[in-house]
Amino acid sequence: MDFYVLGQQLVNGLVLGATYGLVAVGYTMVYGIIGMINFAHGEIYMLSAYLTAIGVSVLSYWGFGSPWALIALTLLFAMAITSLYGVVIERLAYRPLRGSNRLAPLISAIGVSLILQNYVQLSQGARNQGVPTLIDGALRFGDQEHFFQITYMQVVIIVVAFISMLGLNLIVRYTTLGRACRAVQQDREMAQILGIHADRIIAAVFAMGAAMAAVAGVLITLNYGSFDFFVGFITGIKAFTAAVLGGIGSLPGAMLGGVLLGLAESLFSGFVNSDYKDVFAFGLLVAILIFRPSGLLGKPIVEKV
Amino acid sequence: MKQNQPALLQVQDLVVGYRNTEVLHGVSLEVFPSEIVTLIGCNGAGKTTFLKSIYGAPRPRSGKILFRGEDLGRLPTHQVAKQGLSLVPEGRRIFPGMSVLENLKMGLSARAQLEGSEADLVWIFELFPRLKERSSQRAGTLSGGEQQMLAIGRSLMARPSLLLLDEPSLGLAPLIVRAIFETLKQVAAEGMTIFLVEQNANQALRLADRAYVLTNGRISLSGVGLELLADPEVQRAYLGGH
Repeated sequence: MDFYVLGQQLVNGLVLGATYGLVAVGYTMVYGIIGMINFAHGEIYMLSAYLTAIGVSVLSYWGFGSPWALIALTLLFAMAITSLYGVVIERLAYRPLRGSNRLAPLISAIGVSLILQNYVQLSQGARNQGVPTLIDGALRFGDQEHFFQITYMQVVIIVVAFISMLGLNLIVRYTTLGRACRAVQQDREMAQILGIHADRIIAAVFAMGAAMAAVAGVLITLNYGSFDFFVGFITGIKAFTAAVLGGIGSLPGAMLGGVLLGLAESLFSGFVNSDYKDVFAFGLLVAILIFRPSGLLGKPIVEKV
Repeated sequence: MKQNQPALLQVQDLVVGYRNTEVLHGVSLEVFPSEIVTLIGCNGAGKTTFLKSIYGAPRPRSGKILFRGEDLGRLPTHQVAKQGLSLVPEGRRIFPGMSVLENLKMGLSARAQLEGSEADLVWIFELFPRLKERSSQRAGTLSGGEQQMLAIGRSLMARPSLLLLDEPSLGLAPLIVRAIFETLKQVAAEGMTIFLVEQNANQALRLADRAYVLTNGRISLSGVGLELLADPEVQRAYLGGH
């Protein structure tokens, strides 16, 4: 086994996994609070790719030269707009169906996904789009011939992803909003009896999930530089796999599942076959569903009566 | 005595049902400030439905639920709590995945201002020292009695004007039931108005100032708690007397 290939694949896997994790928390939080799989969530990621291009070009036009300022402001811009999308989608496509058959919101989500893809395709064109590289350079490990590297952009991805996940965890654990989210998740009716406006909390969860997906979308778009209206599909389904792998409904599970899936995929493509990496990732999902259906961290709550 | 003040809760001709079944056929009752009032009745008499309809689920078909003179009948559930009622529901319904302290803090959701909440927490920990010992423990791991104490404590954190309890004795050992009723008496002595729905008529009637008996969706009897306790009909129906 080549140590440098291993090093490189671990770096790539961690970067990929961190972004899967960021998208996966949106699936897991929404599932946790209203028990539906939001299949339109991948499109939020796709929207944030376009918002990155818009943000970077508008901000450069206004004269923001520093790449750090550009990245930070683009992140905030994309997070704000996608949160709005998340809230509006929930309000229009899911809330009216609450309390109906479990399949209804699922189908509605697929509809929203198709609408968003086509709306972006129509308004932005079907061709591949690009953003310029903002940060160049890399840290190299090894000698001239044998080495692996971490680009500075990859470092940014890992650091920003880590901060975002930490921030989300702190919000959910220690703030009044986070406590209300958990209360609605555990017993919505009781939370309402105690005075919690559950609809508002559910909207907030959609906003938070969308903002996290936007972080992933902005970072990955800046890293790869190119995207189209269809990028949400594969990332969405991978992130969903990550959420199931970690245990759907569990926030740390989604993050862990994302990182593990990213690493597994990356190591498989480095050492076995890169054409079949998706097969491997989804094979992993099938295996998890057979041998540990509740996922790695998804334990049912022990309740004493 | 207390009845010369306006009623805190006034229910008039309340009719409530689910789909084709009518459960309550015109219930009227009143709760005055600083009273302990109990509603007793058998399984299926409509006691829980009565409390649920106060929170708007199910909505009353007709009749009025006036709290401080305002109709609760059209308010969404989360708004009812903000009017100053707090429900300790049947089965306790604590949040099992949260710590004891977090559960208590959930009671603050209904409060307009958080001033004095620290002092209320101290007071609740005095009422239920067990909750203080276990404040960082996951609520789902508490015993049934402790969970009941937690549910009551959570409602008290809302500092309600009217505390509603749905069968707090359900499934608990007699000793624990006695302790919880003692605490309720203590809470009432500090001026809290309590509306207690119970199947355990014996304990409830001893605690209450006044009582209503609900039979098949109608109020069949009402009166002073201890007098009802002595009533032969109540004895026969609810207390296993002869």
